[in-house]
Amino acid sequence: MKTKQNQQPACETTGGIKTKNHLLEKFDMDEIMNCMHCGFCLPSCPTYRQTGLEAYSPRGRIALMKGIAKEQLALDEEFEKNMYACLGCRSCETACPAGVPYGSLLETAREVIEENKKAKQKSSWIRRLIFKQLFSHPRRMDALGMALWAVQATGLQTLANKWGLIHVLPREMAEMQAAVDQVASPAKRRKRKKVMPAEGEKALTVGLFTGCMMDVMFYETNQATAQLLTKVGCEVVFIENQTCCGALHAHAGEKQDAIELAKRNIAAFEEINVDFIVNNAGGCGAALKEYHHWFLDEPEWLERAKKFVSKTRDVNELLFELPPLSFSKTIHARVTYQDSCHLAHGQGIRNQPRKLIQSIPGVEYIEMQSADSCCGSAGIYNITNFDLSMQILDDKMKQVKDTKAQMIVTSNPGCLLQMKKGIIRAGLQDQMEALHLMDLLQRAL
Amino acid sequence: MIPSDVKQQLIGIVGEKWYLDSSNDLYSYSFDATPIYQSMPDAVIIPETVEQVAAILKLANEHKIPIVTRGSGTNLAGGTIPIKGGIVLKMTRFNQIYEIDQQNLTATMGPGVITADLHHAVESVGLFYPPDPGSMRISTVGGNMALCAGGMRGLKYGVTKDYIMGLQYVLPSGEILRSGGKAVKDVAGYDMTRLMVGSEGTLGVITEMTVKLLPLPETKRTLIAFYKNLVDAARTVEKVITSKIIPATIEFLDQGTMKVVDDFAKLGLPTDMKSMLLIEQDGPEELVLRDIEKIAEIAQQEGAAQIEMAKTMEEGAKLLSARRAALSALSRLRPTTILEDATVPRSKLAEMVTEIERIAEKYQVQICTFGHAGDGNLHPTCMTDERNQEEIQRVEQAFDEIFHTAIRLGGTITGEHGVGLAKMNYLPLKVGDGGLELMKRIKEAFDPHHIMNPGKMFPSQGRRRLVVKSS
Repeated sequence: MKTKQNQQPACETTGGIKTKNHLLEKFDMDEIMNCMHCGFCLPSCPTYRQTGLEAYSPRGRIALMKGIAKEQLALDEEFEKNMYACLGCRSCETACPAGVPYGSLLETAREVIEENKKAKQKSSWIRRLIFKQLFSHPRRMDALGMALWAVQATGLQTLANKWGLIHVLPREMAEMQAAVDQVASPAKRRKRKKVMPAEGEKALTVGLFTGCMMDVMFYETNQATAQLLTKVGCEVVFIENQTCCGALHAHAGEKQDAIELAKRNIAAFEEINVDFIVNNAGGCGAALKEYHHWFLDEPEWLERAKKFVSKTRDVNELLFELPPLSFSKTIHARVTYQDSCHLAHGQGIRNQPRKLIQSIPGVEYIEMQSADSCCGSAGIYNITNFDLSMQILDDKMKQVKDTKAQMIVTSNPGCLLQMKKGIIRAGLQDQMEALHLMDLLQRAL
Repeated sequence: MIPSDVKQQLIGIVGEKWYLDSSNDLYSYSFDATPIYQSMPDAVIIPETVEQVAAILKLANEHKIPIVTRGSGTNLAGGTIPIKGGIVLKMTRFNQIYEIDQQNLTATMGPGVITADLHHAVESVGLFYPPDPGSMRISTVGGNMALCAGGMRGLKYGVTKDYIMGLQYVLPSGEILRSGGKAVKDVAGYDMTRLMVGSEGTLGVITEMTVKLLPLPETKRTLIAFYKNLVDAARTVEKVITSKIIPATIEFLDQGTMKVVDDFAKLGLPTDMKSMLLIEQDGPEELVLRDIEKIAEIAQQEGAAQIEMAKTMEEGAKLLSARRAALSALSRLRPTTILEDATVPRSKLAEMVTEIERIAEKYQVQICTFGHAGDGNLHPTCMTDERNQEEIQRVEQAFDEIFHTAIRLGGTITGEHGVGLAKMNYLPLKVGDGGLELMKRIKEAFDPHHIMNPGKMFPSQGRRRLVVKSS
């Protein structure tokens, strides 16, 4: 894959004159041209299925990128709306006969949009808050975690609900709030052991990539993941100084920030010699495995990134390859699985999680129709494109309901939150729970 | 441009939500699945009812605004490129199957139904709709009808025109008409249904269709045969047919395609072979097994170097994956992939493939050939780069010679993709000046103001085959 990268500071605007040519060179015209607009991606695209509109399809979006790159279209708000209406689920990559790397084309398009806006100083304060102030700073994520914990622990949530305070929040945040689990107390998180020894003979040393959101909202899932790994002979190391994977930044066009985060992670994991760097979030994992695509212009970092990537595994991959887990409990439940898009379409991992679920004694596994179609969570899409996200979710819940499952299992925190929200929206709270695969496996230990 | 008062009237007909004319929306309907062509429409309208279609057409006719009817935009002949601007009339909201009639073996639906959805719906009640174009997962039945789409099952089951029994359609004047219906026999006047099929949106807009269904075949079996030369493969096809066996599918891959497919899908194909045939038979189990064994025997006698037979339907599907991977594999080679559909009588298959190889060599372009050997419908596929003008010119010359060769061998310029923009200059070659004149007069009777898909099908003076028109 040839990728044209232009690392010059883009768009030095003076006196309102646009000099966007530098920016447009970022588009990889070879890959854009490789799209033969056959339309095979259309039925796989959740936003096309909802709207029926070409501009909401991968083929349409690539055409629009071409229009921008060839300066036939203006780099304006409409283009921005269309690029951000994409979930970035990459199911079109699975459907594409020509192997077009849509995910990276989309990242470039968004990068061009953001660079252009920065040049015009139009970046929104909400974006700055989310990307600069929150996801890039583990301590601040901690603070958010603490705040969430405090709200839950003190019963403020009930109070807020009772007083209708919840309605003061924007509805997007309100719905999300309703789906959030009990988060771990800060004290508990601080007390985590730095190393969890392997049970029995040590076969491997693995570093757990804890993630930012994962570690705040799903601390217990990280602990469960570590415990499962120790059961199959892994010594699990929690490496300090690791940070957010940068996926959300890259997907939102904040490429430089994403690159900075990647460098911090690469450096952090170089400090300890581990056999594998294991993550349990499909979205993060796909980004971690693509770090080497981010450093095409920095040879030294490219080598370091390649080494990092070669060690990166999703926990499903590793558990599937290692000796089988021995379970002591039986779980009598009908269970279905919702693919994480970036695990299935991004990393090609579909079979392993399903086999792991089926390995639990007592579980009756049922495959859901269109399980690998996006649930509408898609990073921060369910906040930025709330209405379309909810339409996609409500359609998904119809298929979930058809399975008559008691558990819907996922492999990514965003999907998990979305499924929890979906259960509430569909009124299925009494019949069904959503949980991360690692939590399900741990229950059966 | 659409005058603003007309725009307001059009919005009045369909509602604001279904009238699109922003720059991004227009741009995203400026192309279809055909390489290279592009042209901007003035508006995209997405109607929901036949009355809306009639009102839109009437208004467009009064103001002489072009109407380009579109389904999912997967055609390969430039048929839905709004080359003269105007309105792209997108029919995807007509996506309901109204009825599956198990007594009469028919299905009635809107033209926006996805072909694969129709397959699922009828197969779930044990019935069968055979046309299966490569794009069936997203193509609409209306588009299939407008282009008379074929597919892999053409040899035994025919093509779209063999299944359309009745239509409702709207003329540019706004008149709503019906032709045909559920009656198997119907000779009341000219066969307007057949005329509409394959008319490429140049006569009217289809708003409802009734199609013929068959009982779903009980089972199917597949075999592959590899050959050291082309002639043996072609002779196998002829011999199978003269032995009174009509397989559901006979697909052909040339050496170039095999190599690329194997490189891409790692199927372990013997790439030293010159060609391969993929043959599938369907029907009751006993008959299918008998036929497949007989076909294997014939292949052996005709000099197949290697034969593989699938024991189960699943194994058969795996063998078919080589054929299915062909387009994917080829399209990865170069940025632009031009897939053509020159067709010859079955008996000329070997000759045609040899000619295509010679022509590719002559013009120094990369062409691989695969296709539906059973019905002589080949897909010479050229891998090129539309940004290289000099090479594109050679590609154009090569295809020119391929089309002439197909005609010389008693075939046609297009088997299943249609004429559209891509092959309109070759139409006289096939139908002659008299034929062309008659077609124009038919068009005149339907569409006196030439608003229906203008600039298509009929050659315009001096236009080259490949036209890149940007906004």
